[in-house]
Amino acid sequence: MLELNFENSVLTAHLSGELDHHTAAVIRKKIDAKAEILKPKTLKLDYKNVDFMDSSGIGLIMGRYRNMALMGGKVEVTNVPPHLKRMFSLSGIETLGVIK
Amino acid sequence: MKIKNQVKFSFPAKSSNESFARSAVAAFLMQLDPTISQLSDIKTSVSEAVTNSIVHGYKQEGGLIYISVAIDENSLVTIKVRDKGCGIKDIEKAMEPLFTTGGEERAGLGFAVMQSFMDSVKVRSTEGKGTTVTLKKKLSYDL
Ligand SMILES: Nc1ncnc2c1ncn2[C@@H]1O[C@H](COP(=O)(O)OP(=O)(O)OP(=O)(O)O)[C@@H](O)[C@H]1O
Ligand SMILES: [Mg+2]
Repeated sequence: MLELNFENSVLTAHLSGELDHHTAAVIRKKIDAKAEILKPKTLKLDYKNVDFMDSSGIGLIMGRYRNMALMGGKVEVTNVPPHLKRMFSLSGIETLGVIK
Repeated sequence: MKIKNQVKFSFPAKSSNESFARSAVAAFLMQLDPTISQLSDIKTSVSEAVTNSIVHGYKQEGGLIYISVAIDENSLVTIKVRDKGCGIKDIEKAMEPLFTTGGEERAGLGFAVMQSFMDSVKVRSTEGKGTTVTLKKKLSYDL
């Protein structure tokens, strides 16, 4: 569900499996707790292994975007798989400039 | 149109049941031999409606969620997700993309997703009584 790595001021969250309101709440808490301690410059959210997500997967990005902005850092979203592209484009999240 | 097959179930409005709800609907629809993308559209939409009942309808305080899935002769699938929660005051406004009363972690996208992923979405709601979301999608191919 979640694997966290920290290297060169970059905290990378490898997300996997199903991302819904239930799992996003767990993931969010873990990421925020780590970010609080490590104060990364960049938080990378890797969507490569996300099999399923609903709009909670977008809410997760928006919430982290706000959090990181408050701490003076930024968010990058990487490896959005083809089957999630429609959800991403529908959300307009591209306009935040976080999708790599 | 005549209903060919139908299933109804209810469960407590706990977030840990979100996965069960969408998977149960998908499992029932396997008899129609849906494509992966059709199934994913439906699972996502059911997940949106169920999450709304848990987060907004029952405000995380619990209650029961009722789901029915019907398949008619033309492989039109009708899914109803119902709660007996707080209801929606202004349905039109609630369905506007990006409108949310859910705070920081909600994107206000649920209804927009349902509308984009299903053929039709109807919402009936009474304040203080609850909400029913009716989702329809045709799963047959017109040859
Ligand atoms: N079952 C419900 N009971 C009461 N209010 C609801 C219900 N479903 C939706 N709403 C209202 O409609 C609004 C919009 O719902 P929608 O699913 O589009 O966005 P959201 O749930 O706020 O955010 P997201 O779905 O992106 O997490 C909600 O914020 C809530 O105010
Ligand atoms: Mg929603």
